[in-house]
Amino acid sequence: MFESIDFSLVDWSRAQFALTAMYHWLFVPLTLGTTFIIAIMETIYVKTGKPEWKKMTKFWMTLFGINFAIGVATGIILEFEFGTNWSNYSWFVGDIFGAPLAIEGIMAFFLESTFIAVMFFGWNKVSPKFHLLSSWLVAIGANLSALWILVANAWMQSPVGTTFNPETARNEMTSFWEVLFSPVAINKFLHTITSGFVLSALFVIGISAWFLLRRRHVVLARKSILVAAIFGVVSSLALIGTGDGSAKQVAKLQPMKLAAMEGLYNGSEGVGLIAIGAFKSTSAEQNEKLKDLAFKIEIPKFLSFLAYGKWNAFVPGVNDLINGNPERGILPVAEKMKRGKQAIEKLSAYKDARNANDENLSASLLSELTDPAYQENYFRYLGYGHIQDSNFLIPNIPLVFYSFHLMVALGFLFVLIFILSLWWVIKGKLETKRWFLYTALFMIPLAYLASELGWVVAELGRQPWVIQDLMPTTTAVSRISTTSVQITFGLFAVIFTTLLLAEVKIMLKQIKIGPKDEGGKQS
Amino acid sequence: MITAISYAFLQEYWWAIISLLGSLLVFLMFVQGGQSLLYTIGKTEMQRTMLVNTLGRKWEFTFTTLVTFGGAFFASFPLFYATSFGGAYWVWILILFSFILQAVSYEFRSKPANLLGSRVYEIFLIINGLMGTILIGTAVGTFFNGAQFSLNEFNQVHWQTDTRGLEAVLNIHNVSLGLSVFFLTRVLALLYFNNSVDEAEIAERTKKHLWINAVLFLVFFLFFLVVLLVKEGFAVQSETGIVALEKYKYLHNLLEMPLVLVLFLSGVVLVLYGMARDLFRKPGKGIWFAGTGTVLTVFSLFLIAGYNHTCFYPSVFDLQSSLHIRNSSSSEFTLTVMSWVSLLVPFVIAYIWYAWRSINNKKIDRKEMEAGGHKY
Repeated sequence: MFESIDFSLVDWSRAQFALTAMYHWLFVPLTLGTTFIIAIMETIYVKTGKPEWKKMTKFWMTLFGINFAIGVATGIILEFEFGTNWSNYSWFVGDIFGAPLAIEGIMAFFLESTFIAVMFFGWNKVSPKFHLLSSWLVAIGANLSALWILVANAWMQSPVGTTFNPETARNEMTSFWEVLFSPVAINKFLHTITSGFVLSALFVIGISAWFLLRRRHVVLARKSILVAAIFGVVSSLALIGTGDGSAKQVAKLQPMKLAAMEGLYNGSEGVGLIAIGAFKSTSAEQNEKLKDLAFKIEIPKFLSFLAYGKWNAFVPGVNDLINGNPERGILPVAEKMKRGKQAIEKLSAYKDARNANDENLSASLLSELTDPAYQENYFRYLGYGHIQDSNFLIPNIPLVFYSFHLMVALGFLFVLIFILSLWWVIKGKLETKRWFLYTALFMIPLAYLASELGWVVAELGRQPWVIQDLMPTTTAVSRISTTSVQITFGLFAVIFTTLLLAEVKIMLKQIKIGPKDEGGKQS
Repeated sequence: MITAISYAFLQEYWWAIISLLGSLLVFLMFVQGGQSLLYTIGKTEMQRTMLVNTLGRKWEFTFTTLVTFGGAFFASFPLFYATSFGGAYWVWILILFSFILQAVSYEFRSKPANLLGSRVYEIFLIINGLMGTILIGTAVGTFFNGAQFSLNEFNQVHWQTDTRGLEAVLNIHNVSLGLSVFFLTRVLALLYFNNSVDEAEIAERTKKHLWINAVLFLVFFLFFLVVLLVKEGFAVQSETGIVALEKYKYLHNLLEMPLVLVLFLSGVVLVLYGMARDLFRKPGKGIWFAGTGTVLTVFSLFLIAGYNHTCFYPSVFDLQSSLHIRNSSSSEFTLTVMSWVSLLVPFVIAYIWYAWRSINNKKIDRKEMEAGGHKY
């Protein structure tokens, strides 16, 4: 069905997309959360009329604006890279994937971009209430933007509400609501935006902590910490809840990803949750030998409980998923590959019959292809038909494992930071805890690290699938010369890095300048 | 309501939406046109700041319209998205590259410690002003002149040139559209400056450059139009789906769709009136006439590219691989879902209009730039 693709092209295309996505994700989380924090602060200003809240709103708005622009710049590249670098994928899923993307543009981007102008330039041009409404609409627009792209991403992890049309050789949507409200989409959206809220709250607390350490803008810093800590406590608890929901979905729909997250090679009943663990070998050796962790401390039976709600539930490991486990009804990958190849051959035979105008044969093949039993037993393994080596189906386990565990550990640390910040700011003792203020400042880079690690787990954990079980990266890629992708990778790497450095430098300068009084004078 | 509508109608409806978004994008690219005039109209730092700020309050509309245009194309005609973006790789990458530069330049330009210096960000804006307009116009030219690709039985694209879409600049007709768009956006920008900037020196320079850019626009646009109306077009037979060349196809399209002809002529007249109004009467209102005219003209050009059994993305390498609205669209179900969503478009336009007026109710002047509020 698909011609063989040069692996270096796939690798470079993946690298380019990962580069763009990871840069994009450096800027988006801050937008998701600070817009709400700003809107909350402005609401307090409008309610109380106290000028310090306006000053505070404007200060965080300035930092948000610097960050927003570069997020927009990297975002546009991501959208178009689906076409430029993954054109086969674009056609295969355009019928499903395109709709959320278009809705995102119409419903969310315009809301955000229209009212952001009012937010920045409307202070003396529109009424305070309309300005406040604009700030809230920017926050809602930014988060709605995230909804639609995450719906699309969730569909790639768990394709629902669609059917394959042999006529057009693509997946087509049959239920918009199933796509929109799939449990994976809901969890993914909530987990992602709450991670953005947590990062934003840590950003506000960290910078305010720096002001307190320097004994500058003390009132602003205290009030900012109060708002951000409350926002952070609520968000981080929601983040843990949605993280648990996401992991349950992964256990159900992407067992290989769960096995990678937990470094589980041999499945069993009553599997423990790894608290700390380490591998002895490299990823390649690990995948080849399929051996368990070299060292681990685990909470007994907890993974079985978290994943399936039963202390003795069976959790499959990498070996079970690759070699099969008849007792547990798990097909070996070799069988899935066979069935996938058969589905591809039948599809090609159907196309040949169509081209030869053999109506009887094409009608008979079409009937077989669209038969629900055939779809369930063969077509669902379509993607496996493109796989040559079963080891290709094992993601980079050490990388996914370490990323996941570090992310979770940081998540719990952040909850503690929020609770302590809130407690001490209410008690008026925060300024005396200088060690804590330094710790809070140090949380900013850790928040970014945790946020990026989340995507490493989500996306590397599902390799090699672009669409789970249906399309591997090798068939999704555009046929471009590897050199072209290498050049554009270099081009984007240079420009994104330069702009990131510029952004950080501008941001640091603005923080150093601090909030300004009315008329733009430094206070 | 929508469920009772035929698949064919939905395909036509979505081509109309794409055409509308494309035409709004060309109008809103006055931002790019204005960027290309930064040093031509702004001779002092303060004047450039005023220009950057008046354009900067609108750049996100253009950017968002471009993103939505891409998203809507992906959603409604995914085969075009896959074919053109995956095939004409370098053209699209260069366009996108210029837009990355634009997005940060407004916000970073006037900020202290911006690493590269204000002038570099201004140069970024000029690069986007030049490349964004000329390359998008040239790329759209391939809607009428075709591109070098073929599709296999699974609709996978094979691009036939190593230059990956850059070969479009070797076709003078494509380039004439690119330059028409470039000079049109400059004309619109000059009209927008008249409408939004209160500075005598800028107004004086704007008038002079309006003449020059209007004449250049008319030369390139007339060339593009005359060639378009006399050239062969890519027709698709409705019964068989076979694609064949047809003489005077685009002229036939205009004549066979009188409403489109009326829209096109109205658009051209409004553009001319908008320019003339600011040149010969009190400057300021011309942007609204020329802007409306631009939308109508570009909208009708898109319609003659895709309606009346015409291939909107022809392949000159393999005619039968050409894309038309019937063979490249999403499924009926998806188009129906999106049609419901499209009912929100008037609401979106309404709030954009309201917000635009709220921000532009007073012209930008030196006083505002010196007042210390948020500025670019």
